[in-house]
Amino acid sequence: MKMNKLAAMAVTATMVAAPVMADLVIPDLSYRTGAYAAGGTPVSDGYQDYFNLLNARDGGIGGEAVRILECETGYSTEKGVECYEATKGEGALIYQPLSTGITYQLIPKAMADGIPIHTMGYGRTSAADGSVFPWVFNYPANYWDAASVIVNYLLDENGGSLDGKTLALVYHNSAYGKEPIRTLEALSEMHGFELTTLAVDHPGQEQKSQWLQIRRERPDYVMMWGWGVMNQVAIQEAANINFPMENFIGNWWAGAEHDVMPAGAAANGYKSLNMNRVSKDLPVLAEIKSAVHDAGNAAGDGSNIGSVLYIRGMYAAMLAAEAIGKAQEIHGVADVTSVMVRDGMEALEITDARMEELGMAGVGPAFSVSCENHGGPGLGIVQQWNASTETWVALTDFIAPDDSVTLPLIVEDAAAYAAENNITPGCN
Amino acid sequence: MFYREAGDFKTSYKSDSQTFPIAFDRYRYSAVMAFAYCVIPFIINDYWASAILLPFLIYSIAAIGLNILVGYCGQVSLGSGGFMAVGAFACYKLMTAFPDVSIIIHVILAGGITAVVGAAFGLPSLRIKGFYLAVATLAAQFFLVWLFNKVSWFYNYSASGQINAPERFVGGYAVTGPNADAWAKYLVCLVFVTVCALISRNLTRGTIGRSWMAIRDMDIAAEIIGVNPLKAKLTAFAVSSFFIGISGALFFAVYLGAVEVGEAFGIQKSFLLLFMIIIGGLGSIFGSFAGAGLLVVLPVALKVVGVDFLGWPTDLVAHLQLVVVGALIMFFLVKEPHGLAQYWRLAKEKLRLWPFPH
Repeated sequence: MKMNKLAAMAVTATMVAAPVMADLVIPDLSYRTGAYAAGGTPVSDGYQDYFNLLNARDGGIGGEAVRILECETGYSTEKGVECYEATKGEGALIYQPLSTGITYQLIPKAMADGIPIHTMGYGRTSAADGSVFPWVFNYPANYWDAASVIVNYLLDENGGSLDGKTLALVYHNSAYGKEPIRTLEALSEMHGFELTTLAVDHPGQEQKSQWLQIRRERPDYVMMWGWGVMNQVAIQEAANINFPMENFIGNWWAGAEHDVMPAGAAANGYKSLNMNRVSKDLPVLAEIKSAVHDAGNAAGDGSNIGSVLYIRGMYAAMLAAEAIGKAQEIHGVADVTSVMVRDGMEALEITDARMEELGMAGVGPAFSVSCENHGGPGLGIVQQWNASTETWVALTDFIAPDDSVTLPLIVEDAAAYAAENNITPGCN
Repeated sequence: MFYREAGDFKTSYKSDSQTFPIAFDRYRYSAVMAFAYCVIPFIINDYWASAILLPFLIYSIAAIGLNILVGYCGQVSLGSGGFMAVGAFACYKLMTAFPDVSIIIHVILAGGITAVVGAAFGLPSLRIKGFYLAVATLAAQFFLVWLFNKVSWFYNYSASGQINAPERFVGGYAVTGPNADAWAKYLVCLVFVTVCALISRNLTRGTIGRSWMAIRDMDIAAEIIGVNPLKAKLTAFAVSSFFIGISGALFFAVYLGAVEVGEAFGIQKSFLLLFMIIIGGLGSIFGSFAGAGLLVVLPVALKVVGVDFLGWPTDLVAHLQLVVVGALIMFFLVKEPHGLAQYWRLAKEKLRLWPFPH
């Protein structure tokens, strides 16, 4: 397949097309290489395909064509910074780096440069406090919500009490994996369950000792904050020690098709969170198929359409496009700047009717953003893998997190950041 | 025609043993320095600073440090990523504990702390050599990364385990933090590079450097002629770690501003530094710069050519880069173990005879 690409490129390279001049610049800091490529590729495909659909169908957003600048980061923060510097000068409107490490890197830079960052379900959780982080948004949900949603789900399963249960957290030993620990500790105190944390080092191929410990201690539930190759290995290891799959719950970055497929039938029953509902029958997918893929403009090889992470990438693109549309509406110009896009994001309102109009009914919850709340409602569903039909089955409707736990933590962490960086919190 | 000694008379021992004995080399060196100090700061922008110049300068310091250990003293080390992490975390702890002290002093102190840690991990080198020492330093790499992940005191108990550089000033200009100007960051790194290169150049051609090279060439013979292996090896580890620590501190504070230990200072960083000195040239200060320059510029150049001009998919270019670096390493190991520095020497020889070679 790569050879075909090479040949195709040799042809296109000889006739370098005239650059398409467009005005809405959307950088896509993607990663299609390295240990996290399995997750990065479908997200990026969905992200780009949706913008290409807007270009093909509506001539862009509000009549302005979208120009995507893809930049490969390989999930490395160094390359992420390079990509940021390389693309910001082109008039980048919004960054979605899909990496918590790169997000931490970009938060101060983007604040200084005045470019909004949208980290959907990842990144710095306390950015939900828009009075401290005016340029950072993490709607519709964040890690602390995810932790709380899992615990709420387990509470529901166990008749409202987790007293005396043991929960283990298998996490990627990075800023990403460490994020939920604080919330889980607070929740463990509140609900009386015991929490064990097991760190897995990058890239996560070596997890024998962690699962040996799980086999020895037999926790009632195992939660996982994993990404990339780590997910596949963890699910395989869980199968190897005969850990009951229905008691193994991943977060929304550990619940895609490619995570469970390698373990085959053994992965049957594995559960994970999701922040977007999955369906192959969404009308928008058919439109992408006909307007983008059939026209030969598919990002990547086009094989990921309809997968969990593809839909999430598409959902992220939709939220960005809606925010740009909102910015155009507020400021009355089609050629918006990054500062205007930020205003659009802060005034964003997603309704069920609008989602249906866009051909993705029910993919995400209805929510609205305000200066005080950049984090959205924090809802998540629990889905379960059915290995025989190779589909994710949604077990629940959107579950709400326990804001009484997460909100004080967010306020505390944001206040600490504000004090450290001499920011005066405020909404105007 | 170029690089001729003819007519360049030396009348003192001092001028005879200077770093650049050939007049043309001295002019070239002065021109490079003048350009680096007087022109680049005025034309630099954020992209050039973050994508090429800062990483080049910072990796150069690290490559010089590693070259002292591996190239001059012959002690193979795979722990350089871990030592960079020591520099970064030492700098972070100092920056947050003593906010009023100049960042310059913190960076130097971070180098000193790394030197102590490096010398401690250099102790096994007195008993083991070669591959076994490489494995021992590999242990240092993993231990240090584990330590900075495990003990939350090192990252001031932040929830994410990330360390963030607060804003610090040199002479009223911010050099760390998001508001630092490109030229200020560049100049700070450039000064450190210049000083480090001068120190290392003079160390390596003095007594201590000669004792390192004696140990490298044959440790038993060196011991017989009176070189103290304990002193030579431990000073090599300490000096090497000092430079690597400085580069780690600058890497964190000035270049990235926020790092996560496993991601930024993992084993791949140790390998990257090793590749730099292998490709650049073992046992050569110039080679350290050449190797760092090549491995920093190559990915950017490939990306600009492949993605921006030819419109290739980004993943293909990223994979191509791995192929090219791998091929380069094999090429240099087979064809020219002394690396780019040897080509530079050869080019100088050729230029000297040009246009009338024998």
